[in-house]
Amino acid sequence: MQSIKTIRSRTVVLPYADVDTDQIIPARFLTTTSREGLGEHAFSDWRFDAEGKSRSEFVLNQPGAQGCQVLVAGHNFGCGSSREHAPWALLDFGFRAIISTEIADIFRSNALKNGLLPVVVDKDTHLWLLDNPGVEVEIDLQQTTLKLPNGARVGFPVDAFARVCLLKGVDAMGYLLSKQDEIVNFERVRA
Amino acid sequence: MKAGNKPRTLFEKVWDKHLVVPETAEVPAVLYIDLHLIHEVTSPQAFSVLRRAGLRIRRPDLTLATTDHSIPTIRDIAAERSTAALAAARQVSALQDNCKEFGIELYDVGNERQGIVHVIGPELGATQPGKTVVCGDSHTSTHGAFGALAFGIGTTEVGHVLATQCLLQRRPKTMAISTSGRLAAGVSAKDLILAIIGKIGVGGGTGFVLEYRGDAVSALSMEARMTVCNMSIEAGARAGMIAPDDTTFDYLAGRPMAPSGKQWERSLKNWRRLVSDQDARYDREFSLDVSSLAPMITYGTNPGMVMPIDGSVPLLNGDPALRKALDYMRLSPGERLLDKRVDVVFLGSCTNGRLSDLREAAAVMRGQRLADGVRMLAVPGSQAVKKAAEAEGLDKVFIEAGAEWREAGCSMCIAMNGDQVGEGQYAVSTSNRNFEGRQGPGSRTFLASPVTAAAAALTGRVTDPRRLVS
Repeated sequence: MQSIKTIRSRTVVLPYADVDTDQIIPARFLTTTSREGLGEHAFSDWRFDAEGKSRSEFVLNQPGAQGCQVLVAGHNFGCGSSREHAPWALLDFGFRAIISTEIADIFRSNALKNGLLPVVVDKDTHLWLLDNPGVEVEIDLQQTTLKLPNGARVGFPVDAFARVCLLKGVDAMGYLLSKQDEIVNFERVRA
Repeated sequence: MKAGNKPRTLFEKVWDKHLVVPETAEVPAVLYIDLHLIHEVTSPQAFSVLRRAGLRIRRPDLTLATTDHSIPTIRDIAAERSTAALAAARQVSALQDNCKEFGIELYDVGNERQGIVHVIGPELGATQPGKTVVCGDSHTSTHGAFGALAFGIGTTEVGHVLATQCLLQRRPKTMAISTSGRLAAGVSAKDLILAIIGKIGVGGGTGFVLEYRGDAVSALSMEARMTVCNMSIEAGARAGMIAPDDTTFDYLAGRPMAPSGKQWERSLKNWRRLVSDQDARYDREFSLDVSSLAPMITYGTNPGMVMPIDGSVPLLNGDPALRKALDYMRLSPGERLLDKRVDVVFLGSCTNGRLSDLREAAAVMRGQRLADGVRMLAVPGSQAVKKAAEAEGLDKVFIEAGAEWREAGCSMCIAMNGDQVGEGQYAVSTSNRNFEGRQGPGSRTFLASPVTAAAAALTGRVTDPRRLVS
């Protein structure tokens, strides 16, 4: 996992509420046994028509979206299935952070474990970002702030442990393995 | 009562009992997992991580595997050679190899215990009150019907559980959903949970564990309770729970993996304590009288876009998500769904693929034929469900009506295996998600109960099932 300290990027805006993981990556692309290369299927049915032709009207197909690492999404982004292929696809597509007023539980957990930063902001900040696509923002994970173009900094919550993992670019597996003695003891006591 | 005699909810009792290391501001809790269910789609990458790190599986004896998501539900050469089947075959063989190498019990195609992971866990008696149950699948919430704490996890977490039998978790909040009254004839557990999701919304349960309680829930069978808990995730809640009672214990008694003899008596004593204490506090409470509920049907592209079957599609009121949903569904604000033409009917899934669901649909369809032009798939949730259904002749009811009777699997709910609704077609489906393209690219899904699905199959139209059931 790539570590995150700051992310500076223009935003791309997908304003709809309740974007589900079946949109982020349709189930027919889940037959892979690898986590690589899923970006080409990200938002597949919104990016391409039934013949596989690019839908030029879709925001991610427009020139302004090129190189954007920050997706501003509607409320409750990532609802639905637990497929970790969703954050894998978004990361491979080039995103490093998602900003919304709410990010669905399992998706958020999966995103954090892969270095895709969920940034939950207040309604006013969110509305402003929805209304102003393409602005340059800076996300500082050390400070847990989102810097807007006018210089204002908005705080966002990140679980303390997840933040440390992201800053170091490490998975939580090492920590869990370090609790071996406690786990053995737990199993012994309850047996 | 422990923990300083503070009254606790059902969730708190199960949570507290599985804390290996309690949470602090800096670190989430280390939570012990009693049952880990795995399947072919969300596990291969987790095994790769383990293999690369040289890790072993801590408790293969607490891990159960099956194939369900991507496997064909038809046994013929054409189906086995289809593109979807070939892609699935790679995943299935990866699961076979992984289970063999790491010593995990696998119920594969051809095994009489194979089936949808959330159907077989309970049916084998592996799902039990007070257990923590996880699976790389969001509908793991199903197992909460037994008073287990059960939730879906991602593939990275599948790896964590394989290696350590534990997960790092922050304690969720609790929401009580208290029900009173009785469901009317023709109204089922599916309608109840759809109504709840309609009220709290698809994100309304985010961060909460739901506890369904009260008279209306106590009156439900285990299969109906599973339908309710199954769709907790569609309200954004990772888990839903129902306190175990005699209905639960009667269901579990004699199941292959349930305790027996002296151990059964001991378990029963512990299980009976798994109820929320009288004065236990929930973070949020919500109550619902179910007596006036009608059969429900979705009109949009998420399960919260739902209404009584005789209702009208709501007006837009400037809601862009609703506008997008209705554009996709080719429906107009204010339109009624009754008598809307239906192309496909899907009976099955971890929501409504159990024996009672098949029985309810068959009771409506017995001796009748599908309407012209309607395609219907009846897909049992497990091989055991299939066998039991065939023993009472339900397969004949479906086949004689003109429906396709299939092998067990997820099938048209997730449409990974070639079982798809065609582009632009309307389906009445007993599954759990009506997302855009969920049942195939361009598919348009109306979620409903098994009896509503059966009624639509006979008329070829969205039909109020109360017309057909007494």
